[in-house]
Amino acid sequence: MTPVRVSLSPLRESRWTEYLIRFVLGGGVTVLTGLISSTCGAYVGGAFLALPAIFCASATLIEKHEIRRKRNAGFDGTWRGQQAAALDAVGAALGAVGMLAFAIVFSLTVDRSVAAAFIAASLAWLISSVAAWYVCREMRSARRTRTPRDGVIGRKAGRLPH
Amino acid sequence: MTEYFIRFLVGGAVVSAFAMLGDILRPKSFAGLFGAAPSVALATLGIAVYQHGADYAGLQSRAMMAGAVALAVYSFVVCQLLIRVRLRAAPATLLALIVWLAIVFGLLGVAGGQA
Repeated sequence: MTPVRVSLSPLRESRWTEYLIRFVLGGGVTVLTGLISSTCGAYVGGAFLALPAIFCASATLIEKHEIRRKRNAGFDGTWRGQQAAALDAVGAALGAVGMLAFAIVFSLTVDRSVAAAFIAASLAWLISSVAAWYVCREMRSARRTRTPRDGVIGRKAGRLPH
Repeated sequence: MTEYFIRFLVGGAVVSAFAMLGDILRPKSFAGLFGAAPSVALATLGIAVYQHGADYAGLQSRAMMAGAVALAVYSFVVCQLLIRVRLRAAPATLLALIVWLAIVFGLLGVAGGQA
């Protein structure tokens, strides 16, 4: 049984302007890193490869979608939108582990083979991100649930939903 | 000028692809992994290898480690601003950029001798 699933409905909910914003932002950040590298050097420019500009856009869109969905159902939705964006931030923190793995593997292998470096680094990102997410998920599940003898602990107030 | 136009197109396409992948995956915390996908890095390092060679791209990827560490702290700070301070997503993500920049330049300063 896999806890990860695919839902195509968010693609139908998104407006074309939202896709355009992401495209322009992604292209803009890539141009920005190129400009920083050419003016401040490759070392400073390299750090900007992990600039969270894309995350800013995606978290804002997730919050907006969640608020819109709740308002259509007659609720305020602001707090729910903030929670959804916070969950995205938790995922991004775990994804940063994968990004670190990507950078380490790429820097160690690029001298030998460029193609192999890209493949190995991408695999390192995928494996370490998913592993970090899975470990985090299991730890949260274990914390929420006690054995039958101890009883079951409910979700604490203010905690993020799954 | 052509170089920056190509950068724009490649970066926009790679980032959009990862963002759409993040959109369709559930649960939300798993989809968030794609918010920290190395999409800009894939586009930029590919162009760097083509234009300047493997050494240049290797140097960029070493500096990227500082950016990744800062990204982990940044994401944690964003989460706290959203849940504890109850800021909206736009101000929370923009305000936390100060933290990202401070950590990045701090780490680069510490490891500055390698540049």
